Amino acid sequence: MEIKRRDFLKMAAGTSLFLATGAPAMAREQKSLPPEAVGMLYDSTVCIGCRACQPACKQANDMPVEHSTPDSVWDDPIDLSAKTLNIIKVYTTGRGINKDSETDGYSFIKRHCMHCVDPACVSACPVSALKKNQQTGVVSYNKDACIGCRYCQLACPYNIPKFEFDKTFPQIRKCQLCEHRFKDNKFSACCEVCPTGASIFGKVADLQAEAKKRLTLKPGEYYKYPVAHVKSGQVSYRPVAKYQPKVYGEKDGGGSQILMLAAVSFEKLGMPALDEASDASFSENIQHTVYKGMIGPGVLLAGLLFAAYKSTNKKDE
Amino acid sequence: MNEESKPLGGKILTKPFLVCAFFAAIAAVLLVKRFIYGIGAVSNLSDGYPWGIWIAYDVVTGTAIACGGYSMALLVYIFNKGEYHPLVKPALLASMFGYTLAGFSVMFDIGRYWQAYNLVLPNYMQFNSVMFEVAMCVSLYIGILWMEFSPTLADWIKAKGLQKMLNRVMFIFIAIGVLLPTMHQSSLGSLLLLAGKKVSPLWHTGFLPLLFLISAITMGYAIVIFESIVSSVGFKREIETPILSKVAGFIPILIGIYLVVRFADIIIRGKIGLIFAFDLKAVMFIIENILYVIPLVILASPGNRVKTRQLFIAAGTLLLAGSVYRFNAFLIGFDPGAGWQYFPSFSEIMITLGVIASEIMAYMIFVKKMPVLPSMRHA
Ligand code: SF4
Ligand code: SF4
Ligand code: SF4
Repeated sequence: MEIKRRDFLKMAAGTSLFLATGAPAMAREQKSLPPEAVGMLYDSTVCIGCRACQPACKQANDMPVEHSTPDSVWDDPIDLSAKTLNIIKVYTTGRGINKDSETDGYSFIKRHCMHCVDPACVSACPVSALKKNQQTGVVSYNKDACIGCRYCQLACPYNIPKFEFDKTFPQIRKCQLCEHRFKDNKFSACCEVCPTGASIFGKVADLQAEAKKRLTLKPGEYYKYPVAHVKSGQVSYRPVAKYQPKVYGEKDGGGSQILMLAAVSFEKLGMPALDEASDASFSENIQHTVYKGMIGPGVLLAGLLFAAYKSTNKKDE
Repeated sequence: MNEESKPLGGKILTKPFLVCAFFAAIAAVLLVKRFIYGIGAVSNLSDGYPWGIWIAYDVVTGTAIACGGYSMALLVYIFNKGEYHPLVKPALLASMFGYTLAGFSVMFDIGRYWQAYNLVLPNYMQFNSVMFEVAMCVSLYIGILWMEFSPTLADWIKAKGLQKMLNRVMFIFIAIGVLLPTMHQSSLGSLLLLAGKKVSPLWHTGFLPLLFLISAITMGYAIVIFESIVSSVGFKREIETPILSKVAGFIPILIGIYLVVRFADIIIRGKIGLIFAFDLKAVMFIIENILYVIPLVILASPGNRVKTRQLFIAAGTLLLAGSVYRFNAFLIGFDPGAGWQYFPSFSEIMITLGVIASEIMAYMIFVKKMPVLPSMRHA
């Protein structure tokens, strides 16, 4: 069978139309920290479990209180939820009397969005409802874009995005690092109210240096822990605990803008053990290798058009 | 066209039809509840298990079962095996309903359905998202399936000119109709790549797209055989065994390739030991793969391929194998961490059953009213 010129043009046009819809998607490196990245350092050994940060977070973000016991008089969420973006949890072992110890001890852990360097949720979202700010690196959510597919929930290694399953018109809820307060020169409410300096806000580079410095301190010696903001100038003067030799979030899951220090192993505190390669780069690289900027599918389509044309026309003639 | 296929005729309101209608009605009521009180009111979905059977069955498994049209198109048009042509239309019809209802299921599964059009707004499109690719490909493919079926509709309404015109450009739809499932059936597997450590290493691998694609194609052939036998028995027609046994000949080769990739991958990654943990995941993994071996063994022998009964068992187990693989990957093998669990609620299951029932109802109406099934002597 001979293909007529006109049909060939028809085929070519179809193919390039398809090519044009493809994104300029090519293999990519794992993402690195944006230039003005801001974040938080949470030091579990400094946290006293006062939970002042919880109501502060609710107030700053207009979130409702949540009761986990029937006649509760407090806002007492038991875990992160679509109503609670930030929570202090406690790990206990044995008799639970020694702070920051893995024998008969306990230790606090603060949970909220980690503001990942290469976030799985951003890679997941089909409609750019979750976006990472190019400058500050804050991962924020836009409900006007969201279609509610909940792929971000499936993707997030920390199970952070929460969905309002009980609402007629639901949305995703997650910590957005109090981004809306930045314009008034304010920062994360949870850090602002933290009395001990367990949660401090700042540039990620400064926080990384601060965390590394703490790991070099001798347990028992006194150290001036910055309060609220790494550069606030206010300090709380207190003895140094016996740290785990790890800054959680430095590399975990490709790194995050929230960093953590603790004296109890992070796995015991409920933090997942993640690889240094981000899931986002793994997934996107496989997709991009398969699709190669839609050239692969384009070539395939051309072949398919040819074959389909041949076999359908054979029958007619 | 008319010589090849004919409407079956007969009355619509048969007993099986009414049973299906009953299930569809229950689902409709439950869906009203879902749209008023939210997804949580009818499902056991949670922040840990954001996807349940509506995704694992209706979309991921349902569209794979609906790959009959795709698999047959590959055979007939791409590898130019015209002798299979009589099987194409019924396969296409089943695919059309399978995919259309998967699309419908998505609309009640997504929380902010009224903004679904954001997927086509250039400022929102996110090309790195596997979900974006799946959503675009699947919705386009639903349209393509209806276009591929349209000559039959045109024939039915006696629009001869239209039918001729459609047939002339049909090769374009056929080609796109092969490309799109190749893309999204593999991408349905890729969806899990991002979930990383939350998916058991027995299922999480870079080969997810390839494994999902091969298994979808095998399910496509299996459903063609299965459906052909069921509708022959159900509508009391002669069974097209000779042609079905030829289709069945491709299956062992495909399963063979699939199993080699599946096991080589697990062994090379050093995760084969997980099978001997004998927990739920390990047991389900073993069941899944036994279900693959059964049709492989049955259909590897040409003698079995001419026996309707063996064909039926092989096709049935293969469909089950592919379904269990998908359920395992999306639900059993998915573990968001301590404290989370998921088992579908009664309402959730009823809604899925209702979707399946509507699919069967639509199929029954179409084959009775339109020239779909191959015209042959009634047995
Ligand atoms: S912790 Fe989860 S929600 Fe937050 S940025 Fe990372 S992936 Fe996204
Ligand atoms: S639920 Fe919303 S934010 Fe999450 S991935 Fe889907 S569209 Fe994006
Ligand atoms: S940064 Fe803001 S939203 Fe996030 S946990 Fe702290 S107070 Fe809550």
